[in-house]
Amino acid sequence: MKSAVIVFPGSNCDRDIAVALEQASGRKPHMAFHKDTDLPDVDVIAVPGGFSYGDYLRCGAMAAHSPIMKLVKERAAKGVRVVGICNGFQIITEAGLLPGALIRNKSLKYVCRTVGLTVESTDSDFTKKYAKGQVIGIPVGHGEGNYVADEETLKRLEGEGLVAFRYTALPGQAADQANPNGATNNIAGIFNAERNVLGMMPHPERAFDPLHGNTDGRAFFDSLVESLS
Amino acid sequence: MSATSWKEPEVTEALAAEHGIKADEYARLLEIVGRKPTFTELGIYSVMWSEHCSYKSSRVWLKKFPTTAPWVICGPGENAGVIDIGDNQAAIFKMESHNHPSYIEPFQGAATGVGGILRDVFTMGARPIANLNALRFGEPSHPKTRQLVAGVVSGIGHYGNCVGVPTVGGETNFHKAYNGNCLVNAMTVGIADQDKIFYSKAAGIGNPVVYVGSKTGRDGIHGATMSSAEFTEDSEAKRPTVQVGDPFTEKLLIEACLELMNTDAIQSIQDMGAAGLTSSSVEMAGKGGLGIELHLEKVPQREVGMTPYEIMLSESQERMLMVLKPGSEDKARAIFEKWELDFAVIGHLTDTGHFVLKMHGQTYCDLELAPLFDAAPLYHRPTEPTPAQPALDLDESALWPSDLSLADILAKLVACPDLASKRWIWQQYDSQVGADTRFLSGQSDAAVVRVHGTNKALAMSSDVTPRYCFADPVQGGRQAVAESYRNVSAVGALPLAITDNMNFGNPEKPRIMGQFAGCVEGMAEACRVLDYPVVSGNVSLYNETNGEGILPTPTVGGVGLLADGHKAVGLGFKNDGDVILLVGETEGHLGQSLYLREILGLEAGPAPAVDLEAEKRHGTFVREAIQAGLITASHDVSDGGLQVALAEMAMASGKGADLAGLDGWHIAELFGEDQGRYVLTVKPSDVEAVETKAAEAGVTLTRIGTVGGDSLTAPGGHAISVAALVEANESWLPAYMDGKLG
Repeated sequence: MKSAVIVFPGSNCDRDIAVALEQASGRKPHMAFHKDTDLPDVDVIAVPGGFSYGDYLRCGAMAAHSPIMKLVKERAAKGVRVVGICNGFQIITEAGLLPGALIRNKSLKYVCRTVGLTVESTDSDFTKKYAKGQVIGIPVGHGEGNYVADEETLKRLEGEGLVAFRYTALPGQAADQANPNGATNNIAGIFNAERNVLGMMPHPERAFDPLHGNTDGRAFFDSLVESLS
Repeated sequence: MSATSWKEPEVTEALAAEHGIKADEYARLLEIVGRKPTFTELGIYSVMWSEHCSYKSSRVWLKKFPTTAPWVICGPGENAGVIDIGDNQAAIFKMESHNHPSYIEPFQGAATGVGGILRDVFTMGARPIANLNALRFGEPSHPKTRQLVAGVVSGIGHYGNCVGVPTVGGETNFHKAYNGNCLVNAMTVGIADQDKIFYSKAAGIGNPVVYVGSKTGRDGIHGATMSSAEFTEDSEAKRPTVQVGDPFTEKLLIEACLELMNTDAIQSIQDMGAAGLTSSSVEMAGKGGLGIELHLEKVPQREVGMTPYEIMLSESQERMLMVLKPGSEDKARAIFEKWELDFAVIGHLTDTGHFVLKMHGQTYCDLELAPLFDAAPLYHRPTEPTPAQPALDLDESALWPSDLSLADILAKLVACPDLASKRWIWQQYDSQVGADTRFLSGQSDAAVVRVHGTNKALAMSSDVTPRYCFADPVQGGRQAVAESYRNVSAVGALPLAITDNMNFGNPEKPRIMGQFAGCVEGMAEACRVLDYPVVSGNVSLYNETNGEGILPTPTVGGVGLLADGHKAVGLGFKNDGDVILLVGETEGHLGQSLYLREILGLEAGPAPAVDLEAEKRHGTFVREAIQAGLITASHDVSDGGLQVALAEMAMASGKGADLAGLDGWHIAELFGEDQGRYVLTVKPSDVEAVETKAAEAGVTLTRIGTVGGDSLTAPGGHAISVAALVEANESWLPAYMDGKLG
């Protein structure tokens, strides 16, 4: 599996996702800078977390208009897998690759903790190694992860099974503590209609290595490798 | 007014006094300069001679710290301390206060505190891998406290989260002595290759002096002077002296500087912190014994019409000063342009020994540089020892209020502001970016972060018990270092070195200076015995408002090394059936304990004594047992004593314990704060091996119970469910911040 990681000024999870991709696939990802106007042939493009352009104006808004994102959109249209994590989710949503928007957490505070996720769909190259309905623990770290969309879009996402992950209580956790940001329908991640683009707030690369004390994110990378190798 | 026609005000003794220069200091200044200084020169002298920059009250004492060891690469005097962690790698770290600005403007004050300490570390060539914060606020009922907590935490998160350095540890206390002065001590730890460490000593006459980073604005002018005075009612008016931070620019500056450091372009480099362009240029040239000439119109400026005085005293953030090797300008410029940061050659090094500042051809400053650098006043301020606290005289009936059960007492203690869970705080910090963080916050005595790309890990902790320092500065100083040693050892790491952040009141008062001297004496002794030298530090004095000083607070930031980060041990109980062992002797010392304060409302008695040889023996034993894979959980016994330590291990895991071994123990033994103790858990099959090791090492080991169930079963049939403890422990801070309490 050949992969690329996009680096914007202010990206800060670029190295972390690159390490996970390399460990899972055995190949070093290509690191693409925001000003780049060409991109090698790759099977998957990761748009990482961080604070691209300082989150000024609106999270992801400026990155969505950077030169590299033109290429990312072209590749996505050709079926290349694209995953946006955290700030990456905000960026690809701003870029129009996914519907809806990510607004300020309901608490108005940044939140960093491990959340429970239900794997809603295993019908994708990102999630096939999970079991449908499986509950996993994955860390989040964001101030703007509250997913919103209009009624019609939500109906379509739910109706077509395009919700990838939903927040759910971890064992021993109160039900009202499950959703860290107030996201509509507890949505933590969604696919596009073709299921080659995934946006998600949680960070699977932070639950990957035995050192993290939690390897629930490992199957995410293994799914990609199995699908694309 | 145009910048080219700036006419400076006339310098008088009164104007000097407004700059914080006392009459005798002004006389000394006139003697050194040999004439009346210009306005810009006066500004420069005022910041260089401020307490903040010159350490004029503390320098004579700081010399008493041990600062060397075979693993110390660079001790105090540089931007940060440097230690050898093997494989040609170094850990570079420092802790620094941003107390005064945080009280005036908590969000920006705390944010720029984080930004400043990060720069101290990456300016030496290190990639920052962890931040810690030691915070102290006034009593919860004080009208300002809630707003300060909210602002400081939000500011730390804003900056640290955006720059992408995980905030992995720290401490937060509340006490009325901080009502008028909160403390914000920020620590950064970074990693560099030993052959890529950068220093600030300028060299090479004619070499270009380069300014990079953000533009210079009018923010933070006189910040260093403000931080060198007591607060009065009108301190709110000092808000314009607080700087404004931009973590996005800092992130770009980190990447650009580290990229340039990978080339051979930089001769020396220094961040612009307190006193901005003045102190950075004077220190760099001063260390090199050279002169420097700057052309201020070349300094990138955010505002029009800035005067030389303003440019030199601005504390605008995210700026660095470098001396480049000849011919490296283009290579360096290209990197900074890639990261869209300002880059300007603003001057050069000279052989004149003078500090020369020109703007549009006119000279505004021409001072001999050496005295600016090394002739600041040095005070041997009078000290007055802290009187010994009388021993406590309380029998068991007076110690145990008849209306409280043991379970009630424990629930009350774990819910008190100092012991209550700080989840509300740490959940606002990204503790995992970098994907090298071993434990989630609250799960270990010291934070553990892997050295990227290796199996090694650093253990980090920040510690001090101010109420001990107030009661007995020498014991309190010893205890601060010993607790740091203990927390680092408790995860299985070898403690290597500390940074210190000395927060005290007005040094012109002999009682305060006596606290300072006592704490230094105790700390220095502990550092020597524990082979735990001081490699960097910071002093913050004048933490007083209307004559009321803070508790003496010498915060210790400790760093240790684990050869294999996977072997680190957390504090939560691990397996049902594990045997619980207490390391160390329990005499039942209740003086200055949280039990006395929270249950009986007494802040009294002597601070607990610290036996440094025992600390070393116990720490070594615990570390070796962890390294041998014999320990499943480990926690030091500190605030609240043994019962609280056990409750914390239960709360971190959700598992209970049967504490039959504590049958017959008295209140003082259960809640006393005797030092040098740890609680360990061990699989039943390993107990004998651990006990044998302890006997060989001369360490007292007591079996106190077994992990299991969902309650802590205390002696005498008392039981408290872990869920009830968690509820008590987790509720206080969120409820307080929601305005529902105090």
